Amino acid sequence: MRIPCPHCGARDVQEFTYLGDAKPRRPEGLDATEAAMLEYVYVRDNPRGPNDELWYHAAGCRAWLMVRRHTLTHVIESAVPTKSAKAGVAA
Amino acid sequence: MRYSIFSLISQALKGHRGWQPAWRDAAPKPGYDVLVIGGGGHGLATAYYLASRHGISNVAVLEKGYIGSGNVGRNTTIIRSNYLLPGNTPFYELSMKLWEGLEQELNYNAMVSQRGVLNLFHSDVQRDAFARRANAMRLAGVDAAFIDREQVRSMLPFLDYETSRFPIQGGLLQGRGGTVRHDAVAWGYARAADSRGVDIVQNCEVTGIDIVDGRATGVQTTRGPIKAKKIALVVAGNSSRLAAMAGMRLPIESHVLQAFVSEGLKPLLDCVVTFGAGHLYISQSDKGGLVFGGDIDGYNSYAQRGNLPVIEDVMEAAMALWPGLGRVRLLRHWGGVMDMSMDGSPIIDHAPIEGLYLNAGWCYGGFKATPASGFCFAYLVAKDEPHPLAAAYRLDRFATGRLIDEKGVGAQPNLH
Repeated sequence: MRIPCPHCGARDVQEFTYLGDAKPRRPEGLDATEAAMLEYVYVRDNPRGPNDELWYHAAGCRAWLMVRRHTLTHVIESAVPTKSAKAGVAA
Repeated sequence: MRYSIFSLISQALKGHRGWQPAWRDAAPKPGYDVLVIGGGGHGLATAYYLASRHGISNVAVLEKGYIGSGNVGRNTTIIRSNYLLPGNTPFYELSMKLWEGLEQELNYNAMVSQRGVLNLFHSDVQRDAFARRANAMRLAGVDAAFIDREQVRSMLPFLDYETSRFPIQGGLLQGRGGTVRHDAVAWGYARAADSRGVDIVQNCEVTGIDIVDGRATGVQTTRGPIKAKKIALVVAGNSSRLAAMAGMRLPIESHVLQAFVSEGLKPLLDCVVTFGAGHLYISQSDKGGLVFGGDIDGYNSYAQRGNLPVIEDVMEAAMALWPGLGRVRLLRHWGGVMDMSMDGSPIIDHAPIEGLYLNAGWCYGGFKATPASGFCFAYLVAKDEPHPLAAAYRLDRFATGRLIDEKGVGAQPNLH
């Protein structure tokens, strides 16, 4: 599998680190309900089909990418840099 | 037909022309007391224990492909009960005890071989961790032997002891662990369930779950609608998809795990051995092939095939442990789809919908659990209360914080 990095071109999947589903967003502050935190930390859609996910190009440009990839065929539709990863998903 | 030495001799004299199919290829009836969705090892075991332990035989097992086509035929056939945490150890030990009596109970040769499972350690820290696990096992009544480097060398003289970056310092040996022929587990449970009246319906994919007033009443399938009083989901790998049909979302991601078998070799490895400095386990099948596997590929996938980097990683670990493998050729490799749960442990529980039961999240350790999973799930479905040894596998543990995180890596399924 190769990921078309917007900065480096198509690169081997070995250069990347996978974080996971890009959808969950950390609820705001201490006011977050337990249900919202449960959703954020544990519950996933886990689709068989196109999936938006976060990959880190560790051995390349070191950018976080939002990759839209099909989970059955592994075909990658798009890969774009994301700024939301740090604030929204990365621990 | 009961299998025995006498049936074998009698068939041999008749040229083996009298053998009958081991189970009926049933057509679905309009309704059942219990529908088991998923004809893998766990589903067939569930149906068998429902019929044999709880007298519920108006049961159908629905399988989208054919029996044994999924993960029960894609694993590396290892059985063990060398777990650390209280929620796990007694459950997997129940499974081991059921394995020990399985062939007599099912009247089917599953080639249960208690050849020993040896986990190697390569550092002082790992020695401490393994000593703790060995102690936890012995406290729970599981056999565990802690052996040193020289004892390992006497068992497996061909491993790399001298030149490696990760010298072997010793191992944790569970002598009762071993391997089982995985297809025969599916076939044995299918035959035993069928003989007690269970319908095994193949090529029957569930396309929808009927829910009326908050209660599951039946399913839509590619072979027509089927009504049921209780519906048991046992579809690890695809649990999220089935759950979505009932409007549920699960703490599970699907990932692909690859496994490998080499060309046939003369007998040289008489136990299961795992490499502690990487993720690798090897055993030798009775046909002579070395069966081995390692890590999951690490990203969400429903493809029953993996990518080359993990193959390379597994081969490197194999070479590091056992340099003599260098000229052995790989015969086949394949992939299976795993339900990777958020704490690395399974779920055996009621679903939040009445009449619906959930058995999921086996990560890549489901095969060894097959008998206990079916046993405890059948108990839950029949009695509407959890079996005491599986009571920790609750769906709500992610909300209550009672996680069973054997590896301690948190909610990152690709690391479990």
